[in-house]
Amino acid sequence: MAIITLLEAINQALDQSMEKDNSVVLFGEDAGFEGGVFRVTAGLQKKYGEERVFDTPIAESAIIGSAIGMAMNGLKPVAEIQFDGFLFPGYTDLVTHAARMRNRSRGQFTVPMVVRVPHGGGIRALEHHSEAIETLLGSIPGLKVVTPSTPYDAKGLLIAAINDPDPVVFLEPKRIYRAGKQEVPAEMYEIPLGKAKVVKQGTDITVVAWGAIVREVEKAAKLVEAEGISVEIVDLRTIAPYDEETVLASVKKTGRFMVVTEAVKSYGPAAELIAMVNEKAFYSLEAAPVRFTGFDITVPLARGEHYHFPQPERIAFELKKLAKVRP
Amino acid sequence: MIAKKYDASKDKQFQILDQNGKVVNEKFEPNLPKETLLKMYKTAVLGRSADIKALQYQRQGRMLTYAPNMGQEAAQIGVAAAMEPQDWNSPMYRELNLQLYRGVTLESVFLYWYGNERGSIRPDGVRVLPTNIIIGSQSNLAAGLAMASKIRKQPEVTVFTIGDGGTAHGEFYEGLNFAATYNAPVVAVIQNNQYAISTPVRKASKSESLAQKGAAFGIPFVQVDGNDMLAMYVVAKEAMDRARKGEGPTLIEAFTYRMGPHTTSDDPSIYRTKEEENEWAKKDPIARFKTYLINKGYWSEEEEAKLVEDVNNEIGETFKKVESYGAKVELMEIFEHTYAEMTPQLKEQYEDMKKYLEGAK
Repeated sequence: MAIITLLEAINQALDQSMEKDNSVVLFGEDAGFEGGVFRVTAGLQKKYGEERVFDTPIAESAIIGSAIGMAMNGLKPVAEIQFDGFLFPGYTDLVTHAARMRNRSRGQFTVPMVVRVPHGGGIRALEHHSEAIETLLGSIPGLKVVTPSTPYDAKGLLIAAINDPDPVVFLEPKRIYRAGKQEVPAEMYEIPLGKAKVVKQGTDITVVAWGAIVREVEKAAKLVEAEGISVEIVDLRTIAPYDEETVLASVKKTGRFMVVTEAVKSYGPAAELIAMVNEKAFYSLEAAPVRFTGFDITVPLARGEHYHFPQPERIAFELKKLAKVRP
Repeated sequence: MIAKKYDASKDKQFQILDQNGKVVNEKFEPNLPKETLLKMYKTAVLGRSADIKALQYQRQGRMLTYAPNMGQEAAQIGVAAAMEPQDWNSPMYRELNLQLYRGVTLESVFLYWYGNERGSIRPDGVRVLPTNIIIGSQSNLAAGLAMASKIRKQPEVTVFTIGDGGTAHGEFYEGLNFAATYNAPVVAVIQNNQYAISTPVRKASKSESLAQKGAAFGIPFVQVDGNDMLAMYVVAKEAMDRARKGEGPTLIEAFTYRMGPHTTSDDPSIYRTKEEENEWAKKDPIARFKTYLINKGYWSEEEEAKLVEDVNNEIGETFKKVESYGAKVELMEIFEHTYAEMTPQLKEQYEDMKKYLEGAK
């Protein structure tokens, strides 16, 4: 097994999927010749040619809309949106067609495609380059939304997303593209969509997180461990449809529940998860659940970003507060 | 090439049949077999009659919102007749005649407007996407369908249709620009019926013609008399052939008129005059095509009377059939097609509703 980064794992998943299946095509702004602005698709055009790996005009609506057409006509398109905040021009196509075509045609026309989106903050980028938009994606019926937090998961989830019969938005935590390495099997494997993973066992508090934030929560858990607080961390992995079972089992064990995300607080995914826990595990709770999220603000530019992005110290602070609550 | 010859920014519209059904451009008269010409005509009569009936049904409270096509039969059928069975349509919502010609059944069209998604299911091999209510995006889907044909090396062409109003939409440009850049086999047809609901073309575009927008994509473009079945066919055929040969998209503007309301919720008398409507009535696409067929000896008033009777019977029977089952939707139907497999959340929501309907206490 090779030790590789999350970015390399994604490249490997794309490479192997293209090698195995001729119908997989890959495209986006600068995604062909250059290999994308993050170089995620580097080397693939050279290997598979300009017919299967190509650059598109700067037109997100056309990128997503044409991916839908390709998916309906026998290809498995993997479209790249350059940055999270650039998705919006293509959002219409995602909502009005990708997510609905199966239902609209009672299963006759389907859209097996993947939209890859570098996602979230923490890289000191410009405006529109650091958005956490899972709220806007997770609430679209017909769409699946997936995000990995490790190289191993990135490869397995992306392969599963490409093989999925429905449209999947694959959010890539750009902050940790190259942040760490992990052993990743050379062969192809799938991690099923819709399944969360307990990344750390614990007994006192359940924390659900996803993407780049999982690492921050892991750091925070270490900080509070010294004070005798045992945190169980659940990496959601699939934001929609999410794994209720794993979350509920953990909450029933610990009795305390916190969601940590850089997405907005109001109407966000943390609110959704807490509503679900309240509905289904209310009597297992020993304290009111906590949303620790990004603020309900426009993501600040680089110099103010640290306030907004959940940092380990502040996550630890919130964990300690929650641990102290007594019924 | 017609598209070059009739530069819409300089020249007049391309026409073969004038409004009296007289061939005025003999050089271009297509040599279509009698049966094809009659299929085109009969489809138009069926489409026109179905529109009239659907409006009546709606007034009787039997039909929901309906968007009639009256006046645009030639613009739709001329294009459909130029297509091969393996070709794709990425349509807009006002597309009855094109759908009928391509093999979509009247029953499914009625079922769709009756408010039932099963009306979007196509017969096997009929490559017409479901009715597209949202404006503009059919251009993007067409670019994708055509890119797939090109990549998979299939001899398919994708036709997308859009209204004059739709050309104001960003997606019209994005999709067509993409298709043009990659020489994807696309034919773009603007049905310029003069109005986007109540907004006339002159308040939505400063272009002299909508066809000339093709110049910006570097593709051939042409404005056609959209009420001329033969002109529409000839131009569409040329564009289809070009696309199939790998020469890329063509933009066709069918200059036509929506003789009816935008939908059953619309009252055109608010925004246009009787005089204008009467002027366009003289250009009726079906009347002039009928004259052409009669002059050719392919059609007669006796056959016409028989056809109208048959068509009206067919429409009445079809609608009754739709009424007999179209209002019934099983609960599972609204859940089961959201994903290939129902999610745990959907299963739970379905079960809850089912228990409630079964009288849970």
